[in-house]
Amino acid sequence: MAMERGCKSTGGEPHVLAVDDSSVDRAVIANVLRSSKYRVTAVDSGKRALELLGLERDVNMIITDYWMPEMTGYELLKRVKESSELKQIPVVIMSSENVPNRISRCLEEGAEDFLLKPIQPSDVSRLCSRFLR
Amino acid sequence: MEVAHLQRRFIDLTTTLFQQGILDNQFIQLQQLQDESNPNFVHEVVSLFFQDSEKLLNELSRILDHQIVDFKIVDAHVHQFKGSSASIGAQRIKDVCIAFRSCCEENNRDGCIRCLQQVKQEYCLVKSNLEDLFRLEKQILAAGGSIPTMQ
Repeated sequence: MAMERGCKSTGGEPHVLAVDDSSVDRAVIANVLRSSKYRVTAVDSGKRALELLGLERDVNMIITDYWMPEMTGYELLKRVKESSELKQIPVVIMSSENVPNRISRCLEEGAEDFLLKPIQPSDVSRLCSRFLR
Repeated sequence: MEVAHLQRRFIDLTTTLFQQGILDNQFIQLQQLQDESNPNFVHEVVSLFFQDSEKLLNELSRILDHQIVDFKIVDAHVHQFKGSSASIGAQRIKDVCIAFRSCCEENNRDGCIRCLQQVKQEYCLVKSNLEDLFRLEKQILAAGGSIPTMQ
């Protein structure tokens, strides 16, 4: 069954792409998402995220760390929102730092939400009920 | 009864770790994420933390050993260490990393070296205590008991 790009899944578990260069944080966010019954692919960079998005058509949401080497979460967000193929996918940014300018910049660029790390299950439930079914 | 004794030791150790600020509530959050479908989750995440931390600490030692220091790189490593410490609930390590980042902002090599020593000490403390905790868990399960849940 074909999955609709972005937002709601049309069948099966929603597929979330988690992007974080920290192996600890990838493990935590992946487990938080899986415990909420989402299918998760976790990658360690924006570059890998874009490669995967080019190959898989069923990603329903992207949750990415802000601060990553080579390509920040903000840069990944921009690339997603500039792409006609990808721009419908909701993107959520995570950061361990509460920097108001950073938050507003991401939201202005089209991020759906900005979460402070460490991410809690209640953060994920709140997000996913808004963007995923 | 051996199981009861082991469980008591487990509770006492965990309580001490929280009272001394070595661990915070985030560690409990990790324990609550562990279930039958992922029974080794805490152990796996903590093992990843140990692996990453040791690489970061070695790299920080190497960089700060030189007279000329790229403080942006040091700051990036400390930022990462602060993040992963916060993710497993290693509160005191996280707090030292905050001070460490201030030294980076000031381009203060001596301050960074002091912070590095402190963060290494805190890391050793967390590592040895968590290893004791995991050992107790194994002993409790081997003796047929269940792991007490902390609130």
